[in-house]
Amino acid sequence: MSRYSVFSLLRHAATGNRGWQRAWRAATPKASYDVVIIGGGGHGLATAFYLAENHGIRNVAVVEKGYIGGGNVGRNTTVIRSNYLLDGNTQFYEFSMKLWEGMSAALNFNVMFSQRGQLVTAHSADQLDTFSHRANVMRSNGIDAEILDRDAVRKLVPYLDFSDTARFPIHGAIFQGRAGTARHDAVAWGYARAASGHGVDIIEGCEVTDFVRQGDRIVGVETTRGRIGAGRVGLAVAGHTSVLAQKAGLELPIESHLLQAFVTEPVKPLVDHVVAYGADHFYLSQSDKGGLVFGGNLDGYNSYSQRGNTGVLREVCEAAIALMPNISRLRLLRHWGGIMDMTPDASPIISLTPVDGLYLNGGWCYGGFKATPASGWCFAEMLATGETPALVRGYGLGRFRSGHMIDEAGAGPFAWLQ
Amino acid sequence: MLRIDCPCCGMRDHSEFRYGGDATVERPAHDNPDGDAWYRYVYVRANPKGLHREYWQHVLGCRQWLVVERDTVTHSIHSVSFSRRQRA
Repeated sequence: MSRYSVFSLLRHAATGNRGWQRAWRAATPKASYDVVIIGGGGHGLATAFYLAENHGIRNVAVVEKGYIGGGNVGRNTTVIRSNYLLDGNTQFYEFSMKLWEGMSAALNFNVMFSQRGQLVTAHSADQLDTFSHRANVMRSNGIDAEILDRDAVRKLVPYLDFSDTARFPIHGAIFQGRAGTARHDAVAWGYARAASGHGVDIIEGCEVTDFVRQGDRIVGVETTRGRIGAGRVGLAVAGHTSVLAQKAGLELPIESHLLQAFVTEPVKPLVDHVVAYGADHFYLSQSDKGGLVFGGNLDGYNSYSQRGNTGVLREVCEAAIALMPNISRLRLLRHWGGIMDMTPDASPIISLTPVDGLYLNGGWCYGGFKATPASGWCFAEMLATGETPALVRGYGLGRFRSGHMIDEAGAGPFAWLQ
Repeated sequence: MLRIDCPCCGMRDHSEFRYGGDATVERPAHDNPDGDAWYRYVYVRANPKGLHREYWQHVLGCRQWLVVERDTVTHSIHSVSFSRRQRA
């Protein structure tokens, strides 16, 4: 694999751009691997990369039923932040943020990470108090956070509704300057290319249909491209975790739900930051192409269909216009749906399982994108050592039995409310 | 938009209803000391890709709790009934 650089760009430009290679090898499955990772999304690919990079385990396959970038890694709204309140989340997402900051260099691939800053508006004095609490927790963990009053918010994002008629007047905001966005496809492609460069086989169009057992231990997977043996199997298939876990005889505290995302027609630069609306579940940013990218609530009932309903479309657009009346005449270019693993406490599961040989990375609810590098880093360590890394000790399956949940959303054990 | 045929009010948009989750889980007896049974009741879900029995309440209509059988892939609804009759 040749490195990308200014010189490689110039060399290829001078030779008519005929010499570019595939970003990753089109691998055919071997009989067996040390580690097989099911799911070629961001988390699976990051896991494969860090297995090779950090642990020297290169006899690894990533099997993906569709194509790289076709699942949730290409369906999210690309927001990256580490403004979490609860122990376990705070440290994990900040570790992820640090990996994002060095990702383009580490992968030799421009993931277009843009630290444009994210703010969440507060709409009452009480809400601003809880944001102050959060900011204090963040700062005591070494994470950047600022509390802005109404005037400061107005200076930063003057296009929000500051009029007397605003439905929920803005009192202030919590701001994280290091938050931002990244090009989600580039993240998938960058990890795939870097992992492939380390010798990892990335096998697209290869659906896992069952597990291979020897006694109680899982020793491989049956796929649409034949049987593949595995020393260890890592499951990283957000959305369909339940479907595959069931084949392994594993029952999980997960429901699959649909989340929609939306993009408008492109307009001139308008939104410089990532803005989240504290009075409703709504957030937006502007893509480099000019479209306003936004999202809101789950559709709210179990679903495996990657298409949404118009009720949520209307709710999200209502929230958008309540926050930014000036975009009311923009046309929506498209909207799409992704299937989320929703857990009862809205926190992910990176865990050893009761099934020998099977390791689980799932339950990302709808915050999985920002976690991609840290999730891969920790899951790789788990697959390499068979132990739970300190950073994800709070994300074990046992927390639902012991009551040590990380209930950031505070919605209780109802997955569809998270 | 799903359309749910409420046995009391007729065919209505699902935005009139509130989702109530998996209707197949059984609450253990109040004095059941088995922690595992309570764990399974509160947290574990079959989460099928296909037919799913689930609660919906017609909050903007008759306010009855219903059991709806719905396909989680196609969203086609196979049956709707009152949940209290299921219990009897």
